[in-house]
Amino acid sequence: MTEPVGAPGNAAGLTPSQTVGPFLHIGLPWDDGPDVVGEGAPGAVLIAGRVLDGSGDPVPDALIETWQADAAGRFDHPDDPRGAPTKDDAGFGFRGFGRCPTDAQGWYWIRTVKPGPLPTPDGRTEAPHVDVSVLARGLLDRVVTRIYFGDEERANAGDPVLSAVDPSRRDTLIAEPIEGGYIFDIRLQGDDETVFFEV
Amino acid sequence: MTELLLTSYERPRNLHPPLASPEYRSTLLRAPSQPLVLLPQYLTEVTGPLLGEGRVAPTDNDLTRAPGGEPQGQRIIVHGRVLDGDGRPIPHTLVEIWQANAAGRYNHARDTWPAPLDPNFTGVGRTMTDDRGRYRFQTIRPGSYPWGNHHNAWRPAHIHFSLFGRAFTQRLVTQMYFPDDPMFSRDPVFNSIPDATARARLVSRFDFEATQPEWALAFAFDIVLRGPAATPTEEPHDD
Repeated sequence: MTEPVGAPGNAAGLTPSQTVGPFLHIGLPWDDGPDVVGEGAPGAVLIAGRVLDGSGDPVPDALIETWQADAAGRFDHPDDPRGAPTKDDAGFGFRGFGRCPTDAQGWYWIRTVKPGPLPTPDGRTEAPHVDVSVLARGLLDRVVTRIYFGDEERANAGDPVLSAVDPSRRDTLIAEPIEGGYIFDIRLQGDDETVFFEV
Repeated sequence: MTELLLTSYERPRNLHPPLASPEYRSTLLRAPSQPLVLLPQYLTEVTGPLLGEGRVAPTDNDLTRAPGGEPQGQRIIVHGRVLDGDGRPIPHTLVEIWQANAAGRYNHARDTWPAPLDPNFTGVGRTMTDDRGRYRFQTIRPGSYPWGNHHNAWRPAHIHFSLFGRAFTQRLVTQMYFPDDPMFSRDPVFNSIPDATARARLVSRFDFEATQPEWALAFAFDIVLRGPAATPTEEPHDD
């Protein structure tokens, strides 16, 4: 008999993850992937860094994906109960999402704006941050981390997520300010291993 | 001031492969060794990129189209639905796929094993689910291929799938397999999924009803992303 697609047996239960593999470049990168905002957008900064493995060697076949609020701390998304932001980005097309494959030296980059702080349901305030997924051969599931900003010391001190991280490891989540942007390296394993989250 | 009520997503246990799965050797230097830190699901996590409109051409779901002619191999339809854990369809969400050709060779500079490339097959497709969460690709059945994980290692034939859902929490990259692949029992990637029933969800179903006479066989593959753990209850209040 005809079994409709999605009938129980196939659809029941969640789908498990598998590695993105070494050939993700066929399917996932976009030419404009790193452009969370367009070039020339007011307040645009670059965030760049390297992905390193447990030997400290660059990971040349990873993909970084980022997701964040806009500079005012808003999301253009129906599940943000505060409503959509006003469209005042002057045509620079804030997308909130970035994706960039690493190069032969393990470098990735995105062009974005620093997001605004965010309220939490329990009345606290999250410091400006960017959520990050790392996908690579050898990672059977994405790993998730967060980028905080080194020039937001006061906001970072009050952030509920950072505050819950072992103080000796918090630095791994903080991007270093440089001229025109920030450096944020991701160490998958070993000394100074980046803090990864269960989301 | 409005109370900030956010969707909360279930946190599945014993579903995904452990990051440290030493039989898959590439995990040895890449899997984090420290335990993961629990991240509360706040605004950044319960929202996510709603991508695709304007990025996907109507023909991007047909991997058999090429300027020079049709690719070699068994033409197949791969279709299914994208759902959340409550069985609700996820409409208008981006689905990205990539795969090896019929001979098991990827169109990628780092894939150098001696199987033929096919000038008419790039192996990349993308589409949006429709308003009922359905997607459909036409492609070529990919071949199995050897890899360097251990002596005489061969991956079961598969198609890579990338899904976004509607929230950062729901992001998923996985692989779709074909029924009765003889390499399942020897593949450390497939077997990294601890639970056999969860593993079986990655095996597509041969779908005779959806085959196209004189044209293509069909396989059905549904993808189920994490759903809301519980619906936040809105307290009635007087305005």
